[in-house]
Amino acid sequence: MPPKTMFEKIWDAHVVHEEPGEPAVIYIDLHLVHEVTSPQAFDGLRMAGRPVRRTDLTVATADHNTPTWDLSIPVADQISQAQLEALSRNCEEFGVTLYDRFSPLQGIVHIIGPDLGYTQPGKTVVCGDSHTSTHGALGAFAVGIGTSEVEHVLATQTLRQFKPLTMEVRVDGTLPPGVTGKDIILGVIGRIGVNGGTGHVIEYTGEAIRSLSMDGRMTVCNMSIEAGARAGMIAPDETTFEYVRGRQFAPQGAEFDAAVERWRQLPTDPGATYDKTEIFNASEMVPYVTWGTNPGMVAPITGQVPDPSSFEEASQREAAARALQYMDLAPGTPIQDIKIDRIFVGACTNARLEDLRAAAEVVRGRKVHPDVYAMVVPGSAKIKAEAEEEGLDRIFTEAGLDWRVAGCSMCLGMNPDILSPGQRCAATSNRNFEGRQGKGGRTHLVSPAMAAAAAVAGHFVDVRDL
Amino acid sequence: MDPFVKLTGVVAPLDRVNIDTDQIIPAIFLKRIERSGFEDCLFFSWRFNEDGSPKSDFVLNQPAYQNASVIVAGHNFGCGSSREHAPWALRDYGIRCVIAPSFADIFFNNCFKNGVLPLQMSEEDVQAIMDKATSKPGVNLTVDLEGQRVWDEDEEISFPFEVDPARRHNLLNGLDDIGLTLQLEDKITSYEASRGL
Ligand code: SF4
Repeated sequence: MPPKTMFEKIWDAHVVHEEPGEPAVIYIDLHLVHEVTSPQAFDGLRMAGRPVRRTDLTVATADHNTPTWDLSIPVADQISQAQLEALSRNCEEFGVTLYDRFSPLQGIVHIIGPDLGYTQPGKTVVCGDSHTSTHGALGAFAVGIGTSEVEHVLATQTLRQFKPLTMEVRVDGTLPPGVTGKDIILGVIGRIGVNGGTGHVIEYTGEAIRSLSMDGRMTVCNMSIEAGARAGMIAPDETTFEYVRGRQFAPQGAEFDAAVERWRQLPTDPGATYDKTEIFNASEMVPYVTWGTNPGMVAPITGQVPDPSSFEEASQREAAARALQYMDLAPGTPIQDIKIDRIFVGACTNARLEDLRAAAEVVRGRKVHPDVYAMVVPGSAKIKAEAEEEGLDRIFTEAGLDWRVAGCSMCLGMNPDILSPGQRCAATSNRNFEGRQGKGGRTHLVSPAMAAAAAVAGHFVDVRDL
Repeated sequence: MDPFVKLTGVVAPLDRVNIDTDQIIPAIFLKRIERSGFEDCLFFSWRFNEDGSPKSDFVLNQPAYQNASVIVAGHNFGCGSSREHAPWALRDYGIRCVIAPSFADIFFNNCFKNGVLPLQMSEEDVQAIMDKATSKPGVNLTVDLEGQRVWDEDEEISFPFEVDPARRHNLLNGLDDIGLTLQLEDKITSYEASRGL
């Protein structure tokens, strides 16, 4: 047999039907559902009189709309509440497991999938959400889909997909202290651009990737979509197996051992080739901060806001000029001189336990700057409980950060956590588009430690200097 | 789904790269549970001032372009989220075709499910259409999916284009994928059996 990439192995194992010139029909092992992109899909099923084909492979949670204040306070926004109720009704009617706002297993959909053991190596995973790429960190093929496709998967447990191309992003060497998975992916997107991965599935390889924890790997894969990629993936190894072992919905005992044997066959074969490859050196990476309005507009913490005239192409110059105007930044401003109004530690990019620990480590025994409002939003109810068990919540609250309940929160500006126009935020989320965190809000993407350090200083600082 | 066969309408130039889905429709409007009625949300932050009045400098607010049914834009149109609300908002507003040198994958795919044609053309062709749309505000463009060609009302520009045959077929006929896939029910069932699922 010719050598295959991991992606090709998983793809080939899931083809139900294929015809030349047509998209392949791919079987889906895990379908994650949330309240925003599913109501119209369930409506479609209802109108056509179709059931959910595999309720046992479908799991729903409420995360995007949910306020992150105390659970005893009702959802104030009527339209949000109606959407949450629609999800509950639909799950009940169609027999889908739902972790609603009050469930101890609730959380951001891309956090709970891996954390509860649903996401496993070799699986095909879909969700009506672009950051489904997160799940690829376990060696799964995980893609974000639209609502029509959500309906298609609910009805058929399959997806029609043209086979994507493959791309290797190899990160050699060792990451310096203070440089994280978030910085790797910001560095990668900063170089390959926001469409550098379009049409491709990225497999991240190399020593620096191998030495990341699962939490760090998920951060990297999470932002694959910000490079335009269909999916991101990382070959499963001992780190992966140890992560999956014992999780609630993962195989247990002998079944787990048998699964690990299968999972060991997944990594890309020696000699297999990718459609393209980009190579990075981890030792050259530093903490990064985005300065503009897409995740490819990245500068090192030691750098400056670029001058739009320094870009080669006219379209880039215009985009940079427009971004600087929106961000209210002058060319040449040192990144460390940028003052911050708000801090958001959270989102499916960086709201796992390791992220919370990294942020807590920085603020321990310090105080949030008086001009800054900072909040920490754990990625799931379970992670919240685990963090509290370790006392992270007390470290945060003693330092003056707000400790919230789990949800997407200020990642996307559709629940009560939003920026006011003109406010500037250091965020651990994945998108810095105009208005992403609220109309007129200005977002700088950073790692959790960098966000925490900015919370204390009131402006960006190099976490390596602390 | 409404079929897309041939369309003649005003083409509006949106000369920016990386127009993301948060610009096409901000998240605040994703709370609705209906599949239509998103026309007023399209490009909301670019279209409207704080007080709700239209921003006169935005292209779709200029009289010549108000009834546009085609948008011509820069690279990587539709990057960002998987929200199908983006093509819904375009469609509800009356935009049935977006022409750009490249598109983000999920958005591209979502368009075909909603009778919106995302037309990927060479940079030169896109630029020529952009120039024409800018120099002659309100110019009509015809997009013929059957004949795979676009031309302007003056027939100054006329370009062939390619669309993947399977997607073209579905769009021309307004076909619903689910119905097609359910015809493969036997194959799905035997696949499940082969894996003990
Ligand atoms: S945390 Fe942000 S990026 Fe992640 S699923 Fe929620 S809204 Fe999307």
